[in-house]
Amino acid sequence: MTAIISIKDLSKTYAGGFQALKRVDLDIERGEIFALLGPNGAGKTTLISIICGLVNPTTGSVTVDGGDIKRDYRRVREMIGLVPQELTTDHFETVWNAVSFSRGLFGKAPNPGYIEKILRALSLWEKKDNRIMELSGGMKRRLLIAKALSHEPSILFLDEPTAGVDVELRKDMWQVVRDLRAAGVTIILTTHYIEEAEEMADRVGVITKGELIIVEDKAELMRKLGKKQLTLQLSAPLSEIPGALAKHELELSNGGNTLTYTYDTRAGRTGITSLLDDMRSAGIGFSDLDTTQSSLEDIFVDLVRSKK
Amino acid sequence: MNLHAIKAIYMFEMSRAMRTVMQSIISPVISTSLYFIVFGAAIGSRIQHIEGISYGAFIVPGLIMLQLLTQSISNAAFGIYFPRFTGTIYEVLTAPISPLEITLGYVGAAATKSIALGLIILATAAVFVDLHIAHPLAMLAFLVLTALTFSLLGFIIGIWADGFEKLQVIPLLVITPLTFLGGTFYSINMLPPFWQKVTLFNPVVYLVSGFRWSFYGVADVNIFASLGMTALFLLICLGVIWRIFSTGYRLKT
Repeated sequence: MTAIISIKDLSKTYAGGFQALKRVDLDIERGEIFALLGPNGAGKTTLISIICGLVNPTTGSVTVDGGDIKRDYRRVREMIGLVPQELTTDHFETVWNAVSFSRGLFGKAPNPGYIEKILRALSLWEKKDNRIMELSGGMKRRLLIAKALSHEPSILFLDEPTAGVDVELRKDMWQVVRDLRAAGVTIILTTHYIEEAEEMADRVGVITKGELIIVEDKAELMRKLGKKQLTLQLSAPLSEIPGALAKHELELSNGGNTLTYTYDTRAGRTGITSLLDDMRSAGIGFSDLDTTQSSLEDIFVDLVRSKK
Repeated sequence: MNLHAIKAIYMFEMSRAMRTVMQSIISPVISTSLYFIVFGAAIGSRIQHIEGISYGAFIVPGLIMLQLLTQSISNAAFGIYFPRFTGTIYEVLTAPISPLEITLGYVGAAATKSIALGLIILATAAVFVDLHIAHPLAMLAFLVLTALTFSLLGFIIGIWADGFEKLQVIPLLVITPLTFLGGTFYSINMLPPFWQKVTLFNPVVYLVSGFRWSFYGVADVNIFASLGMTALFLLICLGVIWRIFSTGYRLKT
């Protein structure tokens, strides 16, 4: 895969002295969904804003499809659509006019058929003649997506796309994002909802306090940093962990009925076989077993904590 | 040139004007008509002719200028301030357009509105007083040049302002007094000699004088001085705007 966005040594210090980004290097690959994950104030929006031309970087450079964001701003910006975090809209405009305006602004000739297609995909067609002020929050969010897509961009930035959006609508939006990727659009989304990254992304970058601390394939990240737990429902309760099992990392809970074994997926041997062998020797039986994998959320919390 | 973008901004601004037609066209027309009724018809008949022109007709160019200046500034200032205020400016700043194209869209629309307004006031004036336009082309040239220059100034104010009240500060506290004192209601020859000199530092004197010349062929200052001052002011505004965009002042962080 080739990088469509290449970020080199990017730093941003705001006028007040706040350092929002610290020497970030990052390549975004063509056609992927990249999730930039981090707590509030981590620098996600600053990073996006620099690429889109809203914020001037202090140092470093960004190229998009080989073009410098400053020198080749016309070609670069034609390729990019931005859905901002805030619901900033022109209250008095109609949906149709607002989306048509965006298309013109990005230098494209009018194409009512295309705009109709976007509005239908985002379930806004019924509202096309309504003033934006009459729309609900979720509809405004979709309108911003429609505006960002109006000029047929090949790269789409979604800054906290589902903040304040209900579950049903969130699923619809994820479907829209998947369809876009299927059509070849590169998508970069920022989020502090882990499920969003877990559900959507091909790769995840974790950013905190202006530093990109890890960039990894999502599955790889979860495999590398994830822990697994084996939960055994015992046939008979135990009052304490028997000495024969002491060498295993075990926890007894649920009134002595549940035994939990935590293991590392990175380890060559999980130790499950020897645990089960030891249990059989000790005469401890179990009625059910279950394994769970730590979510991206757990990984994220661990990562951010270890950085502090 | 991203012509689609210039057109998009221009049409967007013009449709905003159509929505607020009451405020942008009708109220200046009404207030100007009141001036004509009071100074032209009611009091004007008791006032001597100035330089051979009836008082009602004499004040027409100055009144058009007054509205042209204040409306150009407010139109352009509001046009760029509002998207800054609501945050929708992000879209313009991330679009593949140059500062020149942004300026052309916003300032072009603001100037169009105030030129239309100037012509409407002119038509209104013709209802009240007997009008002669000696140099129609010069009149149009002054109208367009002034509308453009002061729309540029308004655009600068709209970028500078960080609150709605600041949008009105310059039109109310600077432009309106300068216009009243710039020969709208009198010829500067009527002033004492000392004040005649002082008044030459008021840039609006040149605008009103030049504009009045295009109507009646009489001017307080040389017509080329009028043109020169207007052009100079236009260039200064362009320079400031170029500087704003190259530094990202109030637009980018």
